[in-house]
This record gives sequence, structure tokens and C-alpha cells, in this order.
Amino acid sequence: MSAWDQDIALLLARLQFAFTVSFHFLFPAFSIGLASFLAVLEGLWLATGKAVYANLFRYWVKIFAIVFAMGVVSGVVMSYQFGTNWSVFSDRAGSVIGPLMAYEVLTAFFLEAGFLGVMLFGLNKVGHKLHFMATCAVALGTLISAFWILSANSWMQTPTGYEIAANGQFVPGPSWWAIIFNPSFPYRLVHTTIAAFLTTAFAVGGVGAWHLLRDKDNPGARTMFSMAMWMAALVTPIQIFVGDLHGLNTLDHQPVKVMAMEGHYQSHPHGAPLILFGLPNSAEQRVDYALSIPKASSLILKHDLNAPLAGLDTVPKADQPPVGIVFWAFRIMVGLGVAMLILGLWSLIARWRRRLYDWPMLHRAAVVLGPSGFVAVIAGWVVTEVGRQPFTVYGLLRTADSASPLAAPAVAASLTAFVVTYFAVFGVGIWYLLRLMHRAPDVHEAGLDGLPIRSAGITPAQAMGIGDAR
Amino acid sequence: MIDLTVIWAGIIGFAIVAYVVMDGFDLGIGILFPRFAVGEERDTAMNSVAPVWDGNETWLVLGGGGLMAAFPLAYAIILPALYAPLIAMLLALILRGVAFEFRWRDPGHRALWDFSFTLGSTVATFAQGVTLGALLQGITVEGRVYAGGWWEWLSPFSLLTGLGLVVGYSLLGACWLIWKTEGALQDKAYHHARRLGIALLVVIALVSLATLRLEAQYHQRWLAWPGVLATAQVPLATLIVSALFFRSLARRQHAGPFFWVLGLFALCIVGLGVSIWPDVIPARVTIWEAAAPHSSQLFMLVGAVIMVPIILTYTGWAYWVFRGKVGAGGYHS
Repeated sequence: MSAWDQDIALLLARLQFAFTVSFHFLFPAFSIGLASFLAVLEGLWLATGKAVYANLFRYWVKIFAIVFAMGVVSGVVMSYQFGTNWSVFSDRAGSVIGPLMAYEVLTAFFLEAGFLGVMLFGLNKVGHKLHFMATCAVALGTLISAFWILSANSWMQTPTGYEIAANGQFVPGPSWWAIIFNPSFPYRLVHTTIAAFLTTAFAVGGVGAWHLLRDKDNPGARTMFSMAMWMAALVTPIQIFVGDLHGLNTLDHQPVKVMAMEGHYQSHPHGAPLILFGLPNSAEQRVDYALSIPKASSLILKHDLNAPLAGLDTVPKADQPPVGIVFWAFRIMVGLGVAMLILGLWSLIARWRRRLYDWPMLHRAAVVLGPSGFVAVIAGWVVTEVGRQPFTVYGLLRTADSASPLAAPAVAASLTAFVVTYFAVFGVGIWYLLRLMHRAPDVHEAGLDGLPIRSAGITPAQAMGIGDAR
Repeated sequence: MIDLTVIWAGIIGFAIVAYVVMDGFDLGIGILFPRFAVGEERDTAMNSVAPVWDGNETWLVLGGGGLMAAFPLAYAIILPALYAPLIAMLLALILRGVAFEFRWRDPGHRALWDFSFTLGSTVATFAQGVTLGALLQGITVEGRVYAGGWWEWLSPFSLLTGLGLVVGYSLLGACWLIWKTEGALQDKAYHHARRLGIALLVVIALVSLATLRLEAQYHQRWLAWPGVLATAQVPLATLIVSALFFRSLARRQHAGPFFWVLGLFALCIVGLGVSIWPDVIPARVTIWEAAAPHSSQLFMLVGAVIMVPIILTYTGWAYWVFRGKVGAGGYHS
């Protein structure tokens, strides 16, 4: 293969991974939060016996079933793509991150999949208590899954606890503890898990608001909106705090990523400015039209106005990440975080003024921010994954040295097939989700407990139920 | 000292067997789906696997993930070598996996999602069979990387194994339906099982004979004296199990045919073991050459020893919850 052919094949493989993993993560970002939400709803139902919780459970479990199915099938792709497209990485790092992913399968995937059938189809077979246990098992599975996969990802970002064998493989050192609990893992785990909960909260809140705008007395819409806005008001500030800690951790372990996030091409020995907006220009190594606050970046990152901060001028160009993508993705994430915070505070004011269910402007804002979590989560992943380029194992193994020995036409063909299939299949799936969300929660929401309809609709009556949904 | 590499080869082998046992029949139902009447028959067939398909497919992820973790070199060589069939399999698994939900969600396009279910099930099965054939016929390896082209997997032999697996999974699917359903659908399943049983025996014979010609190692393993006295038991047992399978069909037993077909699959896997053991890439790389370090294997073994029995327990429970005959009306009645 010529060098040019190799460059193209590498670029295509990177595009394919970015495309498939981004699409995939939309679903777990939703299902992690939704599974816990469903467990809470079912628990409240069992504890209080209030019909509204049972109705909301039945309403959201139909959505969960579709989200989960799409997450599973797009996730299987990921577990094979390490080998198909990143075989050198797999050979070199497989002994370290392979076991973490094997633990994810053993402790999480089987748990989710094993109890999902009972959760979706088994209420009448096993009774309320065992069914609640199955729902909790699925929710727990989603969280355990996050634990292991984020440990594996974090090890790639901040590798510790490894040794390098004579054949070039990374091999585990004396302690697996050092590998699993690598320096960025606790921060990434908490930040990502909260992000999934917030993503779900804003999606649920957006759906609740959508129906309150039509009928402010719908009990299901009121309950879901209220629950979602409590999450928005209480958890968004926590997330901003955790995000800040995660950023400081990144400054310690991957300072170059922070330089790209901040747009700091130059070093600032006497306090670095916080660039709010501007156009990163990597060719000239400067930010054009920068709007900045003097010394504020040093204040945020070092808690000292005059603290020196190194810039990308201290990093060889071959080791710099693409600055523009990281810079903009970071601003999208932070901007959405601020918008979420404002909505959360607004909901507190509305609650205090007893207008939570009767303030159309608030509801419109909540609808607009309904998808905000998904955008913020993807933007956050772009920051951390593009920001650690050009490495797959940070500082140790280059992305360019990680790819499979595949010809460009092979990867071009597979990428095309993925793009077509994902947009067609998942596009339709998302359309089905929106259609389900568009239907107001019924007072006698069908499904699961002996009513003629179950989540994925098996009976002929189900077909009619769906007809109603249109 | 106990050889962890051998234990891990056993665990990966177990995951593959578990996958074939569990996902084989639900892929097979997808392949046979167009043979069933729209409405009650198809709904019943779908319902018989809907609560368990996701768990079944997880064994495929364990096989892939476990291979990466325990035999990273094998994972790094095999997956690029089988690029086209594996990508086809992954896309096909998407098409069939979403159909479980989508066909109920959108009755107006049920025909489309039924087609997607069948297409996905068939392509995924065929691709898995091709993968097996391509592995058996040999992969070009230089140093630690795959060194062949992106069409190396394609040969009459790999197409034959692809076809063979489609027949085999279809038979498993038909036998599952014999076990789990009643009436007209069960009658149809008996009918298909008889024909597919004959077809499977023909394919097993063809693949077995063709395999002997692929590598000197296989020929040697099977036919050298006195080993042939032992290896000859495998085809002999295959004939006996086949006879028991057809007798079970003739007596219209419900659960019997499914388990006899599993017996046939088990014998095929034993035969595979005779040909390739102890290689992970047949005739190229042994399990010891591809093995991860002792520490990785030990760390995972702790997890596997604790978790696999627990997984089997709750998977068994989930199957138990949905035991008995299935109706078109789902699990409410």
C-alpha cells in the first residue's frame, strides 16, 4: 500500500469509528438514565399504589424497549470494530483493556439482557416484586456497564499500571487496581453517568412540557415534568461542579487537551486569558477575533490570576490535536450546561410561584432543551476523544500506528454501508420514539400488567393501540 | 501447574457453543419467517424468541470480547482477515435486532420489518458460516499481522460452510418451534425439520470431505493410523444421532428433535476440535502463541468462574419464566 492509500484508509477508519460510536452512544446515554427512571417509577408505584406512576412506567417502558434494542445492536458493532479496524491497537493493548471489556460483558451485558425479557414481558408471569427486581437488575446492569467501559476508555486516556513487553504489547503490571482506577477514571465515570441522567431528565422534561402545553391537567405530564425539573434544578449544578473537577484532572494528566479546549496557542507566563469565543487558526497558531477575559483562565484552572499556563507553542505540531473541533465542541457543551442550569433555576422559581404546570414560556423552553443532553454528551465526547489525538493510548501509541492493515476501498465500502444502514434503521427508530413521545400519557396507559397491550405490542389490540398513537 | 491458556480456550469454546445453542434457533426462526403465514403464525414464532434473543446474542459479544482479552493476537489477525463477512454480520444483526420492536411499533410497515428480520437473520448466519470456512481454509499471516487481501475469505469452501450454517440454524429454528408451538405452525415446523434434517446431513458430509483436502494437518489428524480408530467415532456418532433425530420426528416428539439437532451441532464442534486443536488460527497460530499474559488470564478467570454460573442461573430462570407453549397473544393469557 502506498503512503497516500494508507492515509486515506486511516482517515476512513477514524471516520467510521467516530460515526458508529457517536450514533451508538446516543442510545446508552438515554437508556442508562431511563432504566433508573423506570426503576424509580416502579418503586414509587409499589410503595404508594398511585396509578400515575404505573401509567408513567408503562408509557416510558415502550420507549425504553426501542432505545435499548438500538443500543444493543449498535453496541455489538463496537465490540467487534476494535478488531476489524484497529487490530494493531487490539494486539498491543488487548491484554490490558480486553479484560475490562470482558468484565463488562460478564457483569453487565448478561445482567441487562437476562432480565430485560422479564422486565418487558414477564409482569404477569412473575408478579410485582420479582418484576421490580428485574427492572432494578436492568438498571444496575446499565450502570455496571458504564463502570467498565469508562474504565477502559479512561485507561486509554491516562494509562497507568502497565508494563511494555518485549513484543511491544502493553501487559498488566502487578496490580489491576492501578489499571481499573487510573487517574481520570473516577472523574470520567461520575461526569458521564450524571450526563446520562441529565440527558434523560431533559428528554423526559421536554416530553412532559410538550404535553403540558396541550393539556396542563394531564396528570402523567405533570408528574414527569415535575420529576424532570427536580433533576434539572438539583443535578445540573452538581454536574457543572464535577465537570470542573474533571477539567482540572485533565489539566494534570492531559494538559495539551486543555490547551486545545481553551484555544491557548501561546504560553502565558503571567496569567492566561479566558477566550470566550474566536476562530482558532492552527495554521497561524492563533485565535482570530478572540473575545477574551484577561487572566480568567488562570483563575479557573489554577485558582490564581497570575499563574503561568503553557500553550501549544510548547508542543511539537505532530503531537497537537485538531484545535478547532475541540475548542468548539467544548463551548457547545458548556453553553448547553449553562442553559440547563438556567432552566433548572427557572423551574424552582415556577415551583415557588406555583406556576410549574401553568407557565407556557417555561414549557416551551423545556421543549427546546429536550434534546440538549444528547448534544451536550456528544460534544463532551468529541472534546475528550479529539482532544487526546494523535494517540489511542495517550502519549504511547499513535492513532496512525493503531489501525488494521486494510485497503482504503474496503473501509470506504464498510463506512458507506454503516452510514446508510444507521441513518435508515436508527433514523426510523428515532422517528418511532418521537411518535411515541408525541402521544400524551393516558390515564389508563396500556401495557405490561394484564391490560391487552404490552410494551412491544404483541396482540392484535396492540395494533389498534398504535393506531390511536398516530 | 494448570495451564490457564487451555482453560481460556475452553471458555471461549464454551461461549461459542453457548452462542450456537442459543442464538442458532432464533436466527433460524428469522430465516424460516417467510414460510409462516402473516398474522398469528408469524406473531407466535416471533413471540417464542422475543424475551430471550438479546441474552442469546450476548454470547457473541462474550466470544468476541473474550477473544480480544485472552488471545489478543488471534483477535487482531482474524478480524481484519474476515473484514467483509464480519461487517456484513454486524449490519445484518442490526436489521434483525430492531425488527423485534419495530414490527409491532408500526403495523403499516410490518412487511418491511418482517423482510428486514429475515434478511438480517439469513445474512448474519451466512456470514458466520463463511467466517468458519475462511478460518478453516487458512489465513495469510506475516509476523503479527494479517497479510492477505480483503477478498481472501471468499472461496467455494467458505460459501459452502455459509450455506451449511444457514441450513443448520434453520433446522434449529424449526425444532424450537416444534417444541414451543402447537397446531398448524407446529405442523409446518415438522415438515421443514424433516427436509432441513436431510439437507444438513448432506452439507455435513460435503464440508467434512472438503475439509480433509484443505490442509495436510487435517488429513493427518483424521486418517492416520491408529488415530483413525478414535476419530472414526465422530462420523459414526453423527449417523446414530441423525437416526435418533429422524425417529424423534417420526414419533412427533416435542422437545426431542431440538436436542438431537443440538447433538449434531456438538459433534460438528468436536470434529472441528479434532481438526484444529490446539490452534486458534488453524495451522498458523497456536493458542499459546496468541495468549494474553498470565495476569490478564487470571484476572478474567476470577470473573468468569464467579459470573458464568450466575449468568447461567438467571438465564435459566428467564427461560423457565417463559416455559411452555407460546401463543400469538404473547405472555398475557
